[in-house]
Amino acid sequence: MQWRKAKNRIFSTAIIALSLLAVLPLFLILGYVIYRGLPGLNLSFFTRLPAPTGIPGGMANAVVGSLEIVFVASLISLPVGIGAGLFLSEFRVPRVQSVIRFFSDVLSGVPSIVIGLLAYALVVAPMGGFSGLSGSIALAVLMIPTIARSSEQVLRLVPVSIREAALSLGARRTQVWLRAVLPTAMSGLITGFLLAVSRALGETAPLLFTAFGNQFWSNNLLKPTAALPLQVFVYAISPYQDWQQEAWTGALTLVLIALAINVLARLGTRAVK
Amino acid sequence: MRGVLCLGRILDRLTSWWFWISALLIGTLLVLFFIMLGDQSGASISKFSWKFLFTSTWDPVHQIFGALPFLYGTAMTSLFAIVFGGVIGIASALFLVYFTRGRLRVILGTFIELLAAIPSVVYGLWGLFVLSPWLQNYGEPFLARVLGFLPLFHGMPVGVGYLAAGIILSVMIIPTVTSITRDILLAVPQDLHEGGLALGATEYEVIRNISLPYARAGIIGGLMLGLGRAFGETIAVTMVIGNRPEISASLFAPGYTMASVIANEFTEATSHLYISSLYEVGLVLLVVTILFFGVARLLIWRVSHVQKGRMV
Repeated sequence: MQWRKAKNRIFSTAIIALSLLAVLPLFLILGYVIYRGLPGLNLSFFTRLPAPTGIPGGMANAVVGSLEIVFVASLISLPVGIGAGLFLSEFRVPRVQSVIRFFSDVLSGVPSIVIGLLAYALVVAPMGGFSGLSGSIALAVLMIPTIARSSEQVLRLVPVSIREAALSLGARRTQVWLRAVLPTAMSGLITGFLLAVSRALGETAPLLFTAFGNQFWSNNLLKPTAALPLQVFVYAISPYQDWQQEAWTGALTLVLIALAINVLARLGTRAVK
Repeated sequence: MRGVLCLGRILDRLTSWWFWISALLIGTLLVLFFIMLGDQSGASISKFSWKFLFTSTWDPVHQIFGALPFLYGTAMTSLFAIVFGGVIGIASALFLVYFTRGRLRVILGTFIELLAAIPSVVYGLWGLFVLSPWLQNYGEPFLARVLGFLPLFHGMPVGVGYLAAGIILSVMIIPTVTSITRDILLAVPQDLHEGGLALGATEYEVIRNISLPYARAGIIGGLMLGLGRAFGETIAVTMVIGNRPEISASLFAPGYTMASVIANEFTEATSHLYISSLYEVGLVLLVVTILFFGVARLLIWRVSHVQKGRMV
């Protein structure tokens, strides 16, 4: 009898200890990124271009490049993702839908480096050079399944009565979808989209041989384009102290953006509930 | 009036097409991956055939390519991650479901999910500048002293290598394992759990003999999803694994993985055969991850489906 209770005690203690161990890295990493990155976080980091080691430089072009690449990726992935989400929630073709659902889940598991290979073979090689656009396409492939599945889930929550009410007022199917269903689910849709954006903003691997990076202003998305995570990666593995310092500041920027988007997305979901 | 109606009908047709095309695009993309990778790796497949998977020489100068070191590195780091990340992830899920309620549950759950929001390159940066120096100076010498009789803990403490990559991957898969396991455990009928407690079993006995067996398939699915993530993780691993195409029994040794060899060498590959071999590594990586993701999804789907059937 005593042994059973002791075993229970040991088990509970182990569970509590392991859960604390799970969140420990979050604080270790966040703390260290703030400690190392904060000293370099000033205005010139966001206004200067990368400079040779020894000269103070910044990552202005990488921040802008990242925003450009992700913006174009969103333009591609949003209509497709939401369209697929609507297909999964509004139509009645169960067989096709479960196949698409499964494919979409599996697609979300394709390693991002392999997505980079696809973009290289389909866009970079035929176009004859690295480009920001190919990076956008790679990130769009990454975002589509996330957006599709999350939008399906919120679209399902839209009560049937809203659709019926719109139909009974004489609305066409398109009007029902665009004017009744989508607006009702809007905040949930935005949440799913934000999470996809947050993931895309932090991705490095698929950009290695698509957007490729650039040390100068890269306004032309058909040319190699700088991106923040890419710049952090390159500076981190460089042997120079001041570049490594900038890598930490870049990492802090990335983390702040990611956390801000996540908090925003969470507030959005809470509003829905 | 008739013109307006026609316009409406055309609009309806167009939106339907849009939905269909979007959905079919998702299916096409997956097929496209196989066609493209298969096509691009043609040269390497026809030159090396099956030997590609069992040769441990990776020699761009003499045009001999074998992927065994990368397969080994990926398997080694992912297994490490799934053992450690898996245990910690499942424990956290148990804690969230059975040991806490209210605010603490929400806060802890949020923290664990935030681990997934940290970009991969930040994990890599931390691993490179904090974790591996620590491992080199303290962690690995300590392990060698205590567990040095095992071949796993032999050799020079270098810092970068399988151990560092394994630890980083463990942390990175915890959110996946925890959230899936938590959802599956929440799907275990509460009557069963409470029934066990009512019969006088301790919490440990109920979890061990009722909850976990009931949720087993789903938890295994969650672990496999985590494993799939670990296989494909690139940047963080590339930064801490040391990038040397060798097979070593020691966890301290530097190694290489499938994803990191593509990341490192793809833009530098000069010959057609070299590029083709890297594409074939990508193909192997894709097949393995999709296999794991597919099976994992089926297992998770089955558990939650059975659940739905019972509730109705």
